[in-house]
Amino acid sequence: MAIANLRIQARFPTWPVYLAGLLPALWYLYQAIYGDLGADPLKVLEHAMGEWALRFLILGLAITPLRREFGIGLLKYRRAVGLTAFLYVVLHLAVYVWLDHGLDWRAIWADIVKRPYITIGMAGFLLLLPLAATSFNAAIRWLGGRTWNRLHKLVYLAVLAGAVHYVMLVKSWPPEPLVYLAIVLALLGWRVWRRA
Amino acid sequence: MLLRHAPDLSEREVTPRALYLQRRHLLAGFGGLMLAGAGAAGAAVRSPFSTDEAPTSLKDITSYNNFYEFGTDKSDPARNAGRLTVKPWKVKIDGMVGKPGDYDLDDILKAVTIEERIYRMRCVEGWSMVIPWNGFPLASLLKRVEPQSGAKFVAFETLVRPSEMPGQGGFFKILDWPYVEGLRLDEAMHPLTLMATGLYGESLPNQNGAPLRLVVPWKYGFKGIKSVVRISLTDKEPRTSWNIQAPQEYGFYSNVNPAVDHPRWSQATERRIGDSGGLFAKRRPTLPFNGYADQVAGLYTGMDLRKFY
Repeated sequence: MAIANLRIQARFPTWPVYLAGLLPALWYLYQAIYGDLGADPLKVLEHAMGEWALRFLILGLAITPLRREFGIGLLKYRRAVGLTAFLYVVLHLAVYVWLDHGLDWRAIWADIVKRPYITIGMAGFLLLLPLAATSFNAAIRWLGGRTWNRLHKLVYLAVLAGAVHYVMLVKSWPPEPLVYLAIVLALLGWRVWRRA
Repeated sequence: MLLRHAPDLSEREVTPRALYLQRRHLLAGFGGLMLAGAGAAGAAVRSPFSTDEAPTSLKDITSYNNFYEFGTDKSDPARNAGRLTVKPWKVKIDGMVGKPGDYDLDDILKAVTIEERIYRMRCVEGWSMVIPWNGFPLASLLKRVEPQSGAKFVAFETLVRPSEMPGQGGFFKILDWPYVEGLRLDEAMHPLTLMATGLYGESLPNQNGAPLRLVVPWKYGFKGIKSVVRISLTDKEPRTSWNIQAPQEYGFYSNVNPAVDHPRWSQATERRIGDSGGLFAKRRPTLPFNGYADQVAGLYTGMDLRKFY
């Protein structure tokens, strides 16, 4: 992993990254409290949390290509980006099970087994669970770097699941979900190309 | 919406039911004078078909729209529809009718009575509203143009004008334009089937389908084709836009039916827009034919509604 000639190595501490990651959530919380989310606040929240999850996942996936291709060193912040993404996945899921479905577990289970886009989204969430659970230093030591690295490759599948989940839920073919899917495929494709 | 309290709300956002009814009584008083009004429908006649459920606020009805000619986001129509020219407006009526022609909207409105119809509206996406429409029964227009005996269906077409409808241009083609819809002739002649020209006693806002749109309250909202420029009578089942786009998801009939799921989501429940519960509002059960089964179920006797979804 040691790359000698990084052109830019960011040196600021990680806490501003965590803080910045919270801003979208706080902004939506503010709008929810003041009734600024429009006619269907629930859907706005549900979609916004999902979209921010996807954005942070993509950001996390971009860190290695930025390092290898452009010499931009951001590795230090990858954990903050990944955990922030996980936070938005959890918020997205919480809006869905609590506000959208009122904790009606029967309806939610029916959704999971009957609706492929929900199945895929939920699979993506489950894939992220072990990653979030092993995101602290002691876990890396305990697992050993190699195993930890291998485990965290699950994120590739999780991001793909998230992007496909988005494409599958829309009516017709609006551009946004397709753009997200294209970016995810490009970032995953880069990894395949690097190995070949 | 978590902590909404009255001082935040403008009068337009929430009209108290009692006050609204009172206004309607006042308007009804003028009704006799202005029955065949200009379609803006300041003086609409009340209808026994109206629900007594609380209407959704004007703000929500006019800011949360699916009208893909103006963009796919629900806030796009309110933002982009302002520059649509709705006057003059002609409607071509053709096909199997005795009196085909290009009818001026003003001419159409001279011959009809504008009523107020407060209808539930159920979107195929799983949300619903209660909308106080102004309009006239489609039947009264169809009778005027004299359908021929072989006519079995009515086809509708929306305006195509990319210069004023930005959603019709662009790189990603969302739907095949023009948007087209259709009804069986008996559905079209049903007294519930409305051609709307206004809502809340005002001219129809552009984002809601000005100046003339279809409202079929027992069907999913997308059947209610907006900004109609053509009505054709035919003996063949017309093509419909969403059926062309995704035939396994959207059928010709598209009657509201809690027992027949959309392939990707359940139709058993719905969320009422503007529900007083705000973000914590509970879903409501969706009713067969959107609660209009008593009036319309007879149209479908003997049909397998799972097959003809």
